[in-house]
Formats: sequence, structure tokens, C-alpha cells
Amino acid sequence: MIYQMTFLDAARAATVKTENLITAPGIVITLVLLFIPILIMVVLLLMKIRKLFAIKSAARLAGTNGDLLLSTTDGLLKNINQHAAVPFVSVKRKAQIRPYTDPKLASLILWFLISATFWLILGTTVGEYVGIKFVAPDVDHYEWLTFARLRPVHTNAVFWGWSSLGMIGLGYYVVPRVSNVPIHSTNAGWWTLLLINSSVLIGSLLLMAGINNGGGEFREYIWPVQLLFAIGLALTLNNFLKTVAKRTTKEIYVSNWYMVTAVIFAIVLTIVGYIPLWQDGLGETITQGYYMHQGVGMWFMLFSLGLVYYFLPQQLNKPIYSYSLGILAFWAQILFYTLIGTHHFVFSAIPWSLQTVAIIGSMGMVIPVVAGTTNFLMTFMGSWNKITNSYTLPFFLVGIVFYFTGSLQGTAEAFRYTNLMWHFTDFTVAHSHLTMYGIIAFLLWGCMYAVVPRLTRVEPPQLGVGLHFWAAFIGLMFYSISLMVGGTLRGYMWMDGKPFIDSVIMMAPFWLWRAIGGTLMWVSHLAFAYNLYRMIAFRHTVNDTMATEPEPEAATYEIATAKG
Amino acid sequence: MEYFNDHRRLYLTALALFVTLTLLVVIIPAISNQTNNGLLPGYELPSDEVVAGKALYIANGCVACHTQQVRDVAMDEVWAERPGMAADYAGNHRQDFWRNTATLMGTERTGPDLTTIGTRQPSRDWHLLHLYQPRAVVKESIMPAHPWLFEEKESLDLKDVEVTVPDEFKAHKNMKVVAKREALQLIAYLQSLKQIKIYNPSAVAKFLYKDEAKQGKEAGAAKNPGAKGQALYAQHCQSCHQSNGEGLKGAFPPLKGSPIVNDDNPELQITIIMRGYDAKPEYGVMPAVGTNANLNAEQISAIVNHERSSWGNKGRAIPPAEVQKIMDMIKNGK
Repeated sequence: MIYQMTFLDAARAATVKTENLITAPGIVITLVLLFIPILIMVVLLLMKIRKLFAIKSAARLAGTNGDLLLSTTDGLLKNINQHAAVPFVSVKRKAQIRPYTDPKLASLILWFLISATFWLILGTTVGEYVGIKFVAPDVDHYEWLTFARLRPVHTNAVFWGWSSLGMIGLGYYVVPRVSNVPIHSTNAGWWTLLLINSSVLIGSLLLMAGINNGGGEFREYIWPVQLLFAIGLALTLNNFLKTVAKRTTKEIYVSNWYMVTAVIFAIVLTIVGYIPLWQDGLGETITQGYYMHQGVGMWFMLFSLGLVYYFLPQQLNKPIYSYSLGILAFWAQILFYTLIGTHHFVFSAIPWSLQTVAIIGSMGMVIPVVAGTTNFLMTFMGSWNKITNSYTLPFFLVGIVFYFTGSLQGTAEAFRYTNLMWHFTDFTVAHSHLTMYGIIAFLLWGCMYAVVPRLTRVEPPQLGVGLHFWAAFIGLMFYSISLMVGGTLRGYMWMDGKPFIDSVIMMAPFWLWRAIGGTLMWVSHLAFAYNLYRMIAFRHTVNDTMATEPEPEAATYEIATAKG
Repeated sequence: MEYFNDHRRLYLTALALFVTLTLLVVIIPAISNQTNNGLLPGYELPSDEVVAGKALYIANGCVACHTQQVRDVAMDEVWAERPGMAADYAGNHRQDFWRNTATLMGTERTGPDLTTIGTRQPSRDWHLLHLYQPRAVVKESIMPAHPWLFEEKESLDLKDVEVTVPDEFKAHKNMKVVAKREALQLIAYLQSLKQIKIYNPSAVAKFLYKDEAKQGKEAGAAKNPGAKGQALYAQHCQSCHQSNGEGLKGAFPPLKGSPIVNDDNPELQITIIMRGYDAKPEYGVMPAVGTNANLNAEQISAIVNHERSSWGNKGRAIPPAEVQKIMDMIKNGK
């Protein structure tokens, strides 16, 4: 213990020179991480351009516009393009018709996704408006629309409304599927949907009215409101557990490890975050550091990873690369992630030992992140060509890349020197968007584009998906890079002892670029909502068996599951 | 992996691991922190007005942009005399049945830290105008205006606190802007934000990461005192007297062309900086900026000389030694 203390003291006493800013490990890591998604973006674009040329030359070679009508009845060929013209966008592979989904469950899932999308639009409209207020602070003077009341409306609506409802809805598709049994109860699902929607609705109105829990991020809803959310989660947990208990498979598929555990942890989190017994004085802040970070890591990240372990292999039509790597990442994530909450309060009055544990935990996060990323990328291996033919895989690829870069950026931020520079600046805002948006939202979109066509048998308009993907991706890069650069400069000015207002003036152009990036992201959400509307409103049927074409495989599957 | 083919075992193991770690990193440290913690000597119980003001601070979400934590790193030295410690937050308890404790430490510094705003900016007049319309006092500010804490009246009642708002920021030019009770409560809370002095310096953590390179820079700054004076002026004076030295009509007096600033004898100018000023009824009260911010003779000299040489002012430059003499005089009660 004494050794440890002296070691810590020595570490505290270390002085830092500012001139070697560019060689500080945290900075180097961040620059490298920043480079990766940009590179991916360029490669994707190049592939697109090359394909465009390939199509043109193919059409030239054929010298025809395809007057040969193809048709088959044996089901060997599907989605035959009868009118091969030079298309504006390349044609993507259509969704495969999947085994039977109970129409009752299907409409529950769709309503989850519709609600989620509603909160995405509402939450990001508020976010966009709040972003504009950085550039035009006098755009309105209403009490209910003031910046600081709207900011938590934005963050909570996208957390508890969009991401949570989206994840749970997709969970209702995956949990029974990988357990190979019907869901235990659809009623419980409807109750969950109702409770969570009311929680977010009431919570948002209360925040605008000035009633909040006392300022901890993501803990702004007062307890009766968050209780509605927690009851919704408990109902879902019971439902998922009973479904898993009835499973007809011997093993529990890894997706269900992640997703069910995430629901359990989210309930624990709510209890720890809202029970007042350990929240006097600094206790509140210690709890806050834990709560806000576990909310991200143990609820959103864990659940979304579970979804990827199902949807990525499904979309690539091959098994996951390594099952055990997934399990390793699972335990490592729980072990290290739980420790890192306090890294939001490095150098603060919170006990130094706790801060050190948090920093070490942040380093440990490299293990689950690398394990997870390796697993997903190795699953991609050999199927890279499928990306250009699919409208879901690019979303997964971007989500996975940001999983790697966003998470490791978190590690880099926890180094004491980088923390010194970036803490309290907009860099943190960039990081939270790279993760909650770059990882979670992109993965959820990928999953949703995979599920909805299977439920409604209507494909999304391809141009709409393209617009959604590119506007969201480019918008996010504008958003986060401008805030990262601005945040770094601002931290540097503070370290230099410049007057505070100078750092506000300096940020103005970066805030403008952020608003521009934010607008692109917002437009992409409108495109997404439209795509969802097209897929749902024009559905032939919610999967009532084979309305349009005969589907022998589905029928036999149905009999098989009924027997088994 | 046979063991985990039983869903009860799998989920209970995960739950047990998570709960154990949760106990270790949150619950036990939090409980130990709240039991081994107490109020600092010199802590004053907040008045009802201050408590109401804090509730307004929370309701309006001020914590979204303002931290109240001074870390033990050199860059935070501008916010307080010493780093914050656990005891600084010991007075925070659960607000009521519905709402949690609020230490309001915050995670973003979009606006300045407010740990010691009561010392740095004690002037109620400044806060009133700033809350009504921040851009009336700090042109570049992006803080939201809070007009709902004020009302417009045609004529004043006896107890009304009027805010002198420049016409361009008024909704109706012929109306008078009067602070509502809420505005006064919120300002009472801001004025109450001070750091309790610790008289035993060894008990206080040192600011870390002192910049070695900077000391060299400060030596360089001595050759270029103008830049330093401008920065210090921006930090301590500009929010009232403005960067153009013209002040704000009816609120803060101009320094441009001021006889006090241009006087060959700097005594009054330095006394005002060190002790504050309330001699002119048409203007707000000036706080003891120099004393509050613990400025030394060299810094005062830089500020004074910046004021004396800018905006067309042509006062005599005052060397630090002369400032020191006057400061000693003030200290000795003259």
C-alpha cells in the first residue's frame, strides 16, 4: 500500500512539457484513430466509383438494354433485373425471405421501431436546434426552449427513446429466433413499449418545465419517470429470460448472453443511480461517473454487440468467426468497463486511487474492443465483395470501425495528459457522438434495414438508403472532427492561461461546422424515417404466410419448428 | 463451456461479477466518502434565498455549461486559490423527496467555472444585466438570455430592482426592466459561491502540471508587457468596462478618457482596483477585483498600464515597484 502511494505520488508530481504535444501518446493514438474511418470512407467511395464505370462498360459491351426476359419458377434465381439500364445507383441485393415470424410479434417489433424513429427525429431535431444556439444564441428567448433545458431533452430522448426502444424492438426479433422458440409473451412487449414511451414523453416535458433530478448527465429524469422505464425493462427481462429458458437449443447463443445481460445490468444501474443512500456530497458524483458510463457501456454497447453477433453473420450468410472470442470479449467488457466511470472526474476531488483504477480500467478496455473488432472483421474476411451489393453491410462496417476507433479514443482520453487538455472541452461531445451515433445508431440502422424488409416484404427505396448512409456518415465526420480540433485548441488555450472569452471566440467557426455536420445528420434521419415509412406503409402484409409468391421453404420450416 | 449452458448459471454469474465490481468501485467508495467527510470550518449555512437560487440554477440546467470544480492542475488556477476537495461538497444533501443531491460539479466548460464566481464577480448589477442579456455585457458571449426572470413595467414600485438595459437589447424601449424575485434569488446563489479559505497550506493539494516552458515565456512576457496587460484586462475588467474601454451607459463607467485613469498620480486608480468603488450613483458598484483575484503588483501594473495606454488614453506608465508601494499603503489601512 505504501509502495503504491509513493508510486502514485511520483506520478502526480510529474510535470509535462507542452512543446511535445504532437508526440504525446494520447494524441498520436487519436490521430491514428481519426484516420481510420476517413480511410474507410475513401475506400467505399472508390469502390462505388469503380462500380459505376464497370456497369457502364458492361452495358456498352452488351450493346443491349436487356430485351431478353428472364423468369424461373424453381426459385433458383431471384430478383431478376428485367430492365437493365444504366442505373443511377447500383442495384443492391434484396432481403432474403426469412422463416415465419408471428404477425403479432412482427407488429410489436415494428411499433418499437416506429417509436424509436419518432424519438430519433424529435431528439435530433432538438439536438440540431441546440447546436444552432451555439451559433445564434438569441434565436429565441422562451423559458421552455432555453439551451440548458433542451440539451438534456436531446440527450435523454436519443438515449432512452431512440436507442433503447430500437434495441429492445430488435431484441424481440433476435431473442426468440436464436432460442428457436416463439417469444414468451407479446403482451409484456406492448407494456414495455407503452411504459418507455411514456417515460421519455413525461421526462422530456418535465425537463422543459424545469423539473429535473439535479444535473447528472442521463440522470436528469426524476425517479418516478425513470421508474416507468425500469418497470418496462423488468417486464422485458422477465420475458426474455422465460423465452431463453424455453429454448430448444442446448447452448445459449452468444447474442443472448450479451442482450439479456445488458437488460439485467441496466436494471442494476437504475437502482444504483437512483437510491439516495450513498449520494450525499461527493457520493453523488462518484455514483454519477459510474452511472453515466455504465449506461453507455453496459446497456447500449453490450446490447448492440449482441445484435451484431446475430445480424452480421446473417447478413454475410456465414457463421461468426470465433464464438470463444465473443465470450472472451463479453467477460472482459464486464470486468474492465465497470471500473472506468470515474475517468470523467480525473483530477477532481474524488479519491485519487479511484481515479487511477478508472484509468487502468480504460487501458483494459483495449482487450474487449480488440477482441470484438477482430471477431467482426474476421467474419467479414473473404466476403468484402458483399459490401457493395448490400445496403445493410455498410452500416455494420461503419459501426464496427467506430466501435474500434471510438472506444480506443475513450482510452486515449483517459491518459492523464490528454485528459488535462480535452476535459471540459467539446472534444468530449465529439467522442460521445462518435460512439453513441457512430457505433450504436449505425449498428441499429443496419439491423433495422435487415429486419423490416423481412417483416413487411417491402424493400426500402435504395436511393433513400444511400442518402441516409452518406449524409449520416459525412455529417458525423464534419461534426466530430470540427469539435475535436476546436476542443484541442481550446484546451491548449486554457493551459496557456488565455482569457476564457478568447476561447469562446476561437470556437465560433468550429461550432458553425458542427451545426453543418449536425444538419447533414438530421437530414439523414429524415431519409431514414421516410425509408421506414415506405417499408411499412406499403407492406403487402405483415408476414401473413406467402401472400405474393409461393414460398415452400418457409412452410416446411414452420412445420419443423412446430414439431421441434 | 457446459457450465454456461444453464441460463440461470450464466446470468447469475454475470450479475454477481457486475454487482461485486459495482460495490467496489461505487457503493463502498461513495459511502466511505460521505461518512469520512465534513464541513470545513467557516462554512456558512445557505440562506433561504440562496437555497431557492440553487434550485433555479438546477431547474434552468446551468450545469450543462458551467462546472463547479477546480482540479489540482495548473490550468485551473485561474478559477480559485486552491483545488477543490471532498469537504467543499459536504454541504450538499438530497434536495427533496423527488430530487437527488446536486453537487453541480459538471462535465463541460462551455462557459466559465463558477466555483468562486461570488468572489470573482460579486456585483449584483452586473449579474442582473448579464442574466437579462449576456451580450449586453460580453459581446461575444453565447450564453442564453434569461428574460423570464425579469418583467417589463411602465413605472417602478418602491421595492422594484430596476435593470439598466441598453435600448438595443430591450424588447420595448419605453418600458422599464425589473428583476423578478427569481432573478434576485439566482444571483444570491451565484454571490454565495465562494471557496472557503484554508489557513494551513500544507493541508491543500498543490496544483499539478505547472508548465516549465511557461516560466520561460513569462520572462519573455516581461519584454512585452502590453500583451500581458491586455490578457489580464480581458480576464478581470473587460466584462464590465468592455474591450473598447467605453463601459456601458448607465451600468459601468468608461475608462476611455477617464480622469482617474489618466491621472499622473495612480493612487486612486489602484485603490479602486484593490478595494472596489461605489462613489457614483448612476453606475453599478465595483467589487474589489484586485484583492478578490489575489493579483500581485506586477499584474496590477500591467493592467493599469494597459488602461493608461489604450483607447486614446495617454497616462504615465506605472512601474511595478510604485504599484507595490501603493498596495502596501492600502494594506496598512490608509
